[in-house]
Amino acid sequence: MSTPPTENSMRFAETELVRKKQLSERIAQFAFLMMTLAMVLPLLLIVTYLIYKAMPALSLGFLFDLPSRGMRAGGIWPALLGTIYLVVVSLVIAAPIGVLAAVYLNEYAQDNWFTRIINLAVINLAGVPSIVHALFGLGAFVLFAGIGRSVLAASLTLAVMTLPVIIASTKEALSAVPMSFREACWNMGVSRWKTIRGVVLPNSISGILTGIILQVSRAAGETAPIMFTGAVFYKAVQKGDVFAYGLLDQCMALAMHLFTISTQVPGVDEAIPFATAVVLLGTVLLVNAAAIIMRIILRTRKKW
Amino acid sequence: MEKVIEFIIRVCGISAVIFVFAIFGFVFWEGRELLISGEFNFWKFLFTKEWYPASESNPRFGVLALIAGTASVTVLAMAIAVPFGLGAAIYISEFCGSRLREALKVIIELLAAIPSVVWGFIGLTIMNELIMKLFGAPIGLTVLNGAIILALMSVPIIVSISEDALKAVPDSYREAAIGLGVTRWQMVYKVLLPSAKNGLLAAVLLGIGRAVGETMAVLMATGHAVHIPFDGTPPFFHPLDSVRTLTATIAAELGETARGSEHYQVLFVVGILLFSITFAVNLTADLVVKGIRDK
Repeated sequence: MSTPPTENSMRFAETELVRKKQLSERIAQFAFLMMTLAMVLPLLLIVTYLIYKAMPALSLGFLFDLPSRGMRAGGIWPALLGTIYLVVVSLVIAAPIGVLAAVYLNEYAQDNWFTRIINLAVINLAGVPSIVHALFGLGAFVLFAGIGRSVLAASLTLAVMTLPVIIASTKEALSAVPMSFREACWNMGVSRWKTIRGVVLPNSISGILTGIILQVSRAAGETAPIMFTGAVFYKAVQKGDVFAYGLLDQCMALAMHLFTISTQVPGVDEAIPFATAVVLLGTVLLVNAAAIIMRIILRTRKKW
Repeated sequence: MEKVIEFIIRVCGISAVIFVFAIFGFVFWEGRELLISGEFNFWKFLFTKEWYPASESNPRFGVLALIAGTASVTVLAMAIAVPFGLGAAIYISEFCGSRLREALKVIIELLAAIPSVVWGFIGLTIMNELIMKLFGAPIGLTVLNGAIILALMSVPIIVSISEDALKAVPDSYREAAIGLGVTRWQMVYKVLLPSAKNGLLAAVLLGIGRAVGETMAVLMATGHAVHIPFDGTPPFFHPLDSVRTLTATIAAELGETARGSEHYQVLFVVGILLFSITFAVNLTADLVVKGIRDK
């Protein structure tokens, strides 16, 4: 009488080798999951902790009040206003140059060594350390051009720094427009530029806007490039005065303000730097979230 | 009219090239007198560790300790960020479903958006206390603090470039491997990593470039002491020492110098050094990536 085969030996692949490889598979998957979580969790923990510490100072009044007691208490209005000025002016400078540069690279440039050099320059411009941008801004705009330390000089520095962001995302948006759109237009005898203006740009406008939004977030958060080109520790402004800074005035800025009150001023109320950090972080993350949402809407609405 | 517009487009097109040259040019220009003066010895500048730029009687400009500061923070940051970044990239591209993938990519993008001064503030407050408590160190503003902050800052770029590199591996490779009955991990390890290695290398290089050039975070988190965290006695490397990086030195000292003074100029020379390092790193990364595309 033969014994029935055990279930184990009936299974096709249950050898020692297979068990080992399945174990290693499970370990690997678990390890990679943990590594991913190790990046995600700090973000959540940090944001939660910052908000928790900032709670005592956070209020609407904090945004619109002036700093008091030598920046040891009060609000952040002048810094917030300065950041808005810097972002707007740098955007006005960087957006047209960046978009047109991308138009050149995507619509005009041939695939040759010269174009490669331009692309290489864009990549390297993005990789230049922010403090070197600061040295450049100081040398070129503040001193050489004679603008002096001002909103304009700081914005120009920020514009150069954030140019690659706009170029990269605009290029991506432009190249997503199908070639057949352009060909249809050319075949009707429309010139290259009119095709770009009438067909290519309107069809890529949301992608371009996404890039511009990302530029805003980047410009709002930078500290080093504006430190020596226009941002100052303290500047007296009137409460509620939205035209407090001229283009050639120095200004305060949120990022710079956070640096100042957390390292240079002793005896600041503990919650104030945390609240400033939360406002800065919140602004930047909200702006980025807007860009992400826009991209998702764009993807679902895609017509071609 | 159209000719004018196309001319403007062309000028904007080469703007990036102009700016890269202008950055080098102006930074060089502000430091030129010191660079071409007979007193300035480039080797002494690079390989001595006495950094007393403000000394009245005997100013000395040796950046070795600053280079050691930058190198120690960067290397330790990469030791943390590279495994985690590659692991996360592999998980996102090979192991998780498409919904989770989108969510994780959004989180990583947000992680990349956090301003460096906020990271610096986190280093100064949260990490500082944490390190003092965990290691009983007298001060938490150390190489380790800066490295953890820098790791978190450079991980997003490592993840996104690595993920692109993994995505660029044709699906037929994956199908062939799975068809042979291997597990996903074996496929990743034996097939994907070797075929994506150039892209992964580029990701690491770009992470290094980011870490070397980072300013505000390391200025606030590493303790600001001109000090070499290496010595001859074991364990040779002291992550709980305070250091100062090249970038932090410029940020901290430029405001106090008079234009045209030797101290002012030497800071621009440090700027040229930084520009050259990041330029070389980015160029290498680009060549590595181009290398795959040409293949």
